[in-house]
Amino acid sequence: MSELIKLNPPLVDQDVTALTAGDKVLVSGTIYTGRDAAHKRIVETLAAGGEPPFPLQGAVIFYVGPSPPPPGRVIGAAGPTTSYRMDAYAPTLMAEGLKAMIGKGKRNPEVKQAMADYKAVYLAAIGGAGALMARCIKQAEVIAYPELGPEAVRRLVVEDMPLFVVNDVHGGDLYEQGRQAYART
Amino acid sequence: MDTNCSSIEVLRAQSARIQRAQSAKKWELELASPRTVEVSAVADAVARLCGEADLYLPEDVRQAFTRAQAEEPSLVGQEVLGRLLENADIAAEEKMPICQDCGLAVIFMDIGQDAHLVGGDLIEAVNDGVRRGYEENYLRKSACHPFTRTNTGDNTPAVVHTQIVPGDKVHLWVVPKGGGSENMSKVFLLTPAVGLAGVKKAVMDTVEAAGPNPCPPIILGVAIGGTFDHAAVRAKRTLLRELDSVNPDPEAAELEQVLLEDVNTLGIGPAGLGGATTCLKVFVDIKPCHIASLPVAVNVQCHAARHKEAVL
Repeated sequence: MSELIKLNPPLVDQDVTALTAGDKVLVSGTIYTGRDAAHKRIVETLAAGGEPPFPLQGAVIFYVGPSPPPPGRVIGAAGPTTSYRMDAYAPTLMAEGLKAMIGKGKRNPEVKQAMADYKAVYLAAIGGAGALMARCIKQAEVIAYPELGPEAVRRLVVEDMPLFVVNDVHGGDLYEQGRQAYART
Repeated sequence: MDTNCSSIEVLRAQSARIQRAQSAKKWELELASPRTVEVSAVADAVARLCGEADLYLPEDVRQAFTRAQAEEPSLVGQEVLGRLLENADIAAEEKMPICQDCGLAVIFMDIGQDAHLVGGDLIEAVNDGVRRGYEENYLRKSACHPFTRTNTGDNTPAVVHTQIVPGDKVHLWVVPKGGGSENMSKVFLLTPAVGLAGVKKAVMDTVEAAGPNPCPPIILGVAIGGTFDHAAVRAKRTLLRELDSVNPDPEAAELEQVLLEDVNTLGIGPAGLGGATTCLKVFVDIKPCHIASLPVAVNVQCHAARHKEAVL
């Protein structure tokens, strides 16, 4: 594990190519939320020649469906959702410039290949630590698909969101490496 | 004579009164024996428990994190477990859900056969409690139509499992169940020939395929025997147990220990980032099955093992 690496989106190729699976990063700045339903709509919009709800070039997307904000809060609990459900859509978004995905759980081979091809990384947040993650979120605003409720696309302003690099552009995979290091079978 | 006569009549009258009173009392007791429980009390309890379950990590789970943190060889694993403890503290302090996935509301109710539920539709009362509990505590509503994915808006309908038991109490458990771990759960209808080894393989395959997806360290509810449906419900029901509880069935208790050790050799670790703590506890329930069958249900529970109960 290296020292903490700071990332400030929008990201460029050099930001992500410098990362290695196992690195710890702190993300600060503007990121966007999206789960399956929002991804489906974004991909359909792109296919129809439309504009996505936020600029994809250099973007960081966080797979999250937050709980409602209690009074006086900008957001409720906001931990990552399982990422494989976005696998069908992720390569399309990377082709349009998406640079990082934040979630939890394994990605499929197509997504890993697209990360290498388009220079993008997959970052893991600690699943189930929703209250802790909420502390890093300073602003939240629904910018598209409000009818999707928790699945609406939100623009978040985050500060020092702690994440692990799981898949880098060089084929590194922290889930595989971590497991191999401790497997006793 | 008159005096005597009248005194006998008085005694007879008294005796008759006593007898009537006794029989009336007995009758009253018989009438009163089904204890009355208002369904509105069930609704209130469900509303309260939904909030408590989602905001406050149960003490048994917290202790399991602390123990695992002391034994976990991976530094990252230790860090993750530390963050989970910190997360539980923040959630309790800020009245924020532990996890944004506040679950589908799963409710188990053991209804005493001498309890008389009055004042309305019991299941509707449970749904009313879920509706209030999720709204009042700012919990995420995750129930939606399976095809259109349109959210029902209030996290109903709840998933309700009832069981009739001796007694006159209503024991209820609220177990909010997250989607990430539920998606990794499996039911196997094995061939009897595969035996215990086949059961162990089914459990290992389930955990291995799940990997980091269900938010490890996980808890496993494993039900063996019964039927397809029965195994699945019993697997979920085991999740009501406290993590440090001992299974009264020695065969199941031994298998719990064996499976826990086996699963923790996989190396998946906290958050799936590698480590020895893949699973905190395995619960096993063994029941007879058909001579042709060997059903096994594996319910995967994430570390946010929320379970709160009340007795009415």
